[in-house]
Amino acid sequence: MEERMFLLGDEAVAQAALDAGVSGCYAYPGTPSTEILEYVRASAQAAEAGVVREWSANEKTAVEAALGMSYAGKRAMVCMKHVGLNVAADPFMNAAITGVNGGLLVVVADDPSMHSSQNEQDSRYYGHFAQIPVLEPASQQEAYDMVREGFDLSERFGVPVLVRLVTRLSHSRSAVVRRERLPQRPLKLPGDPKQFILLPSIARERYRRLLADRPLFVEEAHREEGYNQYLPAAESRTGVIATGLAYNYLRENFPGRLPFHLLKVSFYPLPVRMIEEMFGEVDEVIVLEEGYPYVEEQLLGIPPRRHPRIRGRLDGTLPRDGELNPWLVGKALGRNLPEPEEVPGVAVGRPPSFCPGCGHIDVYNALNEALEPYGPGRVFSDIGCYTMGALPPYNAINTCVDMGASITMAVGAADAGLVPSVAVIGDSTFTHSGMTGLLDAANKRSPVTLIISDNDATAMTGGQPPSGLGKIEQICLGLGVEKEHVRTIIPLRKYHEENVKVMKEEIAYKGVSVIVARRECIRLVAARKCNKK
Amino acid sequence: MEKKMKTDIILAGVGGQGILSIAAVIGLAAVKETLFIKQSEIHGMSQQGGEVYSHLRLSDAPVHSDMIPLGEADLILAVEPLEGLRYLPYLKKEGWLISNTAPVKNIADYPDPERIYGEIRRRPHHLLLDAAALAREAGSAKAANMVMLGAASPFIQVKEDHLLEAIRALFSRKGEEVVETNIRAFRAGKEAAMKKR
Ligand SMILES: Cc1ncc(C[n+]2csc(CCOP(=O)(O)OP(=O)(O)O)c2C)c(N)n1
Repeated sequence: MEERMFLLGDEAVAQAALDAGVSGCYAYPGTPSTEILEYVRASAQAAEAGVVREWSANEKTAVEAALGMSYAGKRAMVCMKHVGLNVAADPFMNAAITGVNGGLLVVVADDPSMHSSQNEQDSRYYGHFAQIPVLEPASQQEAYDMVREGFDLSERFGVPVLVRLVTRLSHSRSAVVRRERLPQRPLKLPGDPKQFILLPSIARERYRRLLADRPLFVEEAHREEGYNQYLPAAESRTGVIATGLAYNYLRENFPGRLPFHLLKVSFYPLPVRMIEEMFGEVDEVIVLEEGYPYVEEQLLGIPPRRHPRIRGRLDGTLPRDGELNPWLVGKALGRNLPEPEEVPGVAVGRPPSFCPGCGHIDVYNALNEALEPYGPGRVFSDIGCYTMGALPPYNAINTCVDMGASITMAVGAADAGLVPSVAVIGDSTFTHSGMTGLLDAANKRSPVTLIISDNDATAMTGGQPPSGLGKIEQICLGLGVEKEHVRTIIPLRKYHEENVKVMKEEIAYKGVSVIVARRECIRLVAARKCNKK
Repeated sequence: MEKKMKTDIILAGVGGQGILSIAAVIGLAAVKETLFIKQSEIHGMSQQGGEVYSHLRLSDAPVHSDMIPLGEADLILAVEPLEGLRYLPYLKKEGWLISNTAPVKNIADYPDPERIYGEIRRRPHHLLLDAAALAREAGSAKAANMVMLGAASPFIQVKEDHLLEAIRALFSRKGEEVVETNIRAFRAGKEAAMKKR
């Protein structure tokens, strides 16, 4: 009997990988991708099959570990949020050149409209940049099927395959039909012992092979009953190209027979012949895609603009930024939909805020007092729960850019003469990409103070176990921070005066100092008590 | 195939109020009835006592969009009164707004609750009930979410038996007492709603 499960898009990805015989899943948490590895970690099937399933220190180490698993002949999956792929871009780009041995899937969840992110970058460009196939599922079932088949594709083509998710798919549940389970692959070295040695002479050869294989990817884009479907319509001069989730919004507006030619795209590179065929039938093409106008830009090419007219996010048919929704798509396709009602003025926003009793609060209260004599504008922070220090009443930080940027920006600002400069970072962010910045600072004896607000968790994304494992002070010492200037405090109100004093001393010091403010995340403490009951 | 019957519901509240448990109960019940279902949740930043919402779509035909189209929701179920107002652009003209009266005032500029109730009362179809009080009577203030689910149950196209079964399944891990409290809360919510309708 067919087995049906009720799964989030993220969970469908995880279940599919397990059913496809994956041997290792690697990830660093990040909304909206976190639930993929959480599902694998909680899965009895994964435990029984001995699947490796650990949180990595960051996305780069995760991709590299997955590539190592693939080198050894086994199937591997690595998951991250969109900005994580920036951190992992180096191994990602180069894995396209080495190619794979066991199938390798890179699953990236984009966050258009920035529900919980710094930007809304579109990962399809990364797939394009690396010149590898990209899969963009529209539903939970497609996510399951595409991950399952993605491993086959990766092995057949010998390259990593990118799977692009978006928030509304990652975090939406629907029924998913499972397929039979496949066994894991045996340990097996690559057939060509030089495949993974990217010395220029070998890399050139590998790259030419990637280029030579491109037509195979394009053929796959046209496969009958494949991922991309062209449905011509009699008597219409309009074409619609709908990618990924945008296809659902189209169907929401036109559940029955479509009054225009449709090209549904879920696999890239684009199916050029299908597009040419559509172009021959129509006067205009409306492009519906979640994220950047990636397909639209390719269709427009370089001016002069040709027949047919291309419409989408670039000519104002759809908004240039932000998520699509059924209403926007309906309007773009010419439906006469009423304007939505407005939100009553009384419904003020409810921004996220610190949990009552959170240790970060005590850190900022002490820091604001310690910095009082120096004036504003000198606190460089990072990404995590502690970023809420930017909000009133604290107004305690001045930057939040990318993971690890607190310490390095503080060094640069100190170089420019902003002394003292202070950096505030979380423990998980520190081990993700703060350590190398601290090495720079220690080597040049930069006059900065780093506060590591250590709650022993990756709290922002739901409290995943951190990578520091009680070694934070040792790491700082090892990187060259002087022993007298690695201090540890407990961020509690009753130690406020003491903590202010420690901060004042270290801020006044003209070299690198680190203050580890350590108190466990209040929410995890509460959750533990609740589970014990 | 055109949709014959559908219920589009927006669940709204604040992190920690158990919005996703309501979604899980309805989801479990709907799966028993071979309905098509999509349920989207917003996670992440919302863990810190911020806004939480879920779009829940039930239908006897395939559901396409994970998000409910603007102006097409049949029901907004608000476990916090201010939070329900935020999603009014999604509600049909004749749609129901069912709201708890108990505010969660974790922001400095929380408006006068009377102004919020005023907005709710302007809807042609609305239901206001003090879920917090009913939940306490049922045995636990935490069960306000199940009070609200009970109040909304007559509007949701799944059988009450299936909802109750789903509540049992969801809370069984926490012991029989918790299960019974939540079922009492559900019944109290339903009764209060039937009286007011
Ligand atoms: C490159 C990258 N990966 C992942 C994320 C998602 N993310 C944002 S904050 C955070 C956790 C930060 O944990 P920590 O530094 O310990 O701070 P806490 O939230 O515990 O205070 C993560 C994983 C991101 N924004 N960028």
